[in-house]
Amino acid sequence: MSGKIIVITERDNVATALTPLSAGDSIEANGSRVTVREPIAGGHKVALKAIAAGEAIVKYGNPIGTATADIDAGRHVHIHNVASGRGRGDL
Amino acid sequence: MTRPSGFEGYRRPDGRVGVRNHVLVVPTVVCSAVVTERIATAVSGAVALPHLAGCGQLGPDMETTHDTLAAYCRHPNVGAVLVVALGCEQVVAQMLAESARSAGKRSAIVSIQGEGGTPKAIAKGVELAADLARDLQREARTWCGADDLILSLKCGGSDYTSGLSANPALGRVADRLNALGGSTVLGEIAEIMGAEHLLAARATQPEVAGRLLRVIQRVESEARALGLDIRGTQPSPGNIRGGLTTIEEKSLGATHKAGERSALEDVVAYSARITRKGLTVMDTPGLDVESVTGMVGGGAQVVVFTTGLGTPTGNPIAPVIKITGNARTAETMADNTDLDVSGILDHSESIDGAADRLLDEILAVCSGKLTAAERLGHREFAIHRRNPTI
Repeated sequence: MSGKIIVITERDNVATALTPLSAGDSIEANGSRVTVREPIAGGHKVALKAIAAGEAIVKYGNPIGTATADIDAGRHVHIHNVASGRGRGDL
Repeated sequence: MTRPSGFEGYRRPDGRVGVRNHVLVVPTVVCSAVVTERIATAVSGAVALPHLAGCGQLGPDMETTHDTLAAYCRHPNVGAVLVVALGCEQVVAQMLAESARSAGKRSAIVSIQGEGGTPKAIAKGVELAADLARDLQREARTWCGADDLILSLKCGGSDYTSGLSANPALGRVADRLNALGGSTVLGEIAEIMGAEHLLAARATQPEVAGRLLRVIQRVESEARALGLDIRGTQPSPGNIRGGLTTIEEKSLGATHKAGERSALEDVVAYSARITRKGLTVMDTPGLDVESVTGMVGGGAQVVVFTTGLGTPTGNPIAPVIKITGNARTAETMADNTDLDVSGILDHSESIDGAADRLLDEILAVCSGKLTAAERLGHREFAIHRRNPTI
C-alpha cells in the first residue's frame, strides 16, 4: 500500500494521505504497519501511533499542534482532535 | 551547470534592472482612480494603479500609502510615470513625480481640478501618457544577470500539496538564486508563525533573528488583542478542507519557499526597499494581494506564487508566475496556471527537476514571456492598512 501516504520525517507521528484511504486499508510508515480505522480524504492526516490527549502532533519533524483527545493509530487527525495554541485571543 | 543564469531586461539609470517597461498611471487618491483607469485603457503600454487610499488617513497608514505609491513610481519595471491628482488630497502629486525622477524616469502630472473636470483631465492625461509611451518604445532589452533579480516568494490557496511539492521546488530555486548573488523576499508574517525558530536559526546576526521574532510576536498579539481565535482565518476554510489543520502546519509548509540553505539577511517594513542580497523577510499580512503589493513595492521584479487550490492574483507592474503541485488543480485551473509540478508527488519528477524548470520559466518571464495572470489582465493592487479611515 506504499505510495498512498507520505511521511516527511522519522519523528512524525502522522502521515498525509496522497489518495483517499478507507477503513481497513493497511499502511506502512517509519517501520510499523498501521490499519486505517476510518475514511481519510486525500490530503488529510492519519495517526501512525496512539497519541494521547495533550501530546504534540508532529509533522515536518516539528509540532503542529496539540491533541485535544486521545487519538488511536489509524484515526483521522484534523481540527476535531487537534488545536493550535498560536494567536488564540479566545482563550 | 550549463543553465542560463541571466535574462534580457531593462537596465535603469539608478542601477536596478526591470523585467517590464510600463508607463505607470498612478492616482494620488481614490478620487482620481476612475480617470486613471480611463487614461491607461486608452494608451498601449500604460498600466493603471487604482487604489482606495490617499486621503482620510493619519500617521503610519498615510506613510504606508505614500511610501508604497512612491516605491511603485521608482520601480525598475516602470519606465515612466503619469501622476493623476484630484487637487486637494493628502498624497502630493509632485512628491510621486519626484520619486520617479529620482530613479531617472520621465514623469508628468495631470490634475482633475486643474484641468477642469473628468473629460478634460482624461484628454490631457491620454496625451501625456501617449508621449511617455512613445519614448519607452525606443528602449531595448539588454542581457542582465540573475544577480540583478529580487524574487518574491508567495503562496496562496494552499493545500497539502503546497508544503510537499511546489513550496520545496520554489525553495530550491530561492537557494540557487541567492547563491548566484540575487535576492529573495518572503512576506506573510502570520504564515511564519510556528516555523519562526527555523528561520531565526538561519539569521546572519542575532539582531536580525530578534527583529523577526518581534514582528511575529506583534502580529500574534494583534490577533489576540481582537479577542478572537486566529483560526477564524488561519488556516482559511479552504486550507482546512484541503487537509491543513493548524497555522503551525501551514507555516512549516509555507516557509519551505524560503529554501533550506540561504541565510536570513534582513527583516524590513511593508513596501520598504530590499537592499540585501540573499533572503529578506518583509512584514506583510497574509492577504495575498496586500502581500504581493508590498513585496513588489520593496523592489521585487517578479513573483513566484505557489498554489494548491488555484488562484488568479496578479500585479499591475510585476509578472506573477503560478505553480501548483496539485494535478487536479493544474487541470481545473489550467487557465491561471503557468507551471505544473504535480509530478513531484507521483514520483515522475524530482524536486530538483521541477526547480530546474521553474528557474527556466522565471528567466523566460523576466525576458518578456507573459504569465497567465498577465494574459488574463490580472492587476490586483491593495495597500495594507491597519487603522480606520478618518
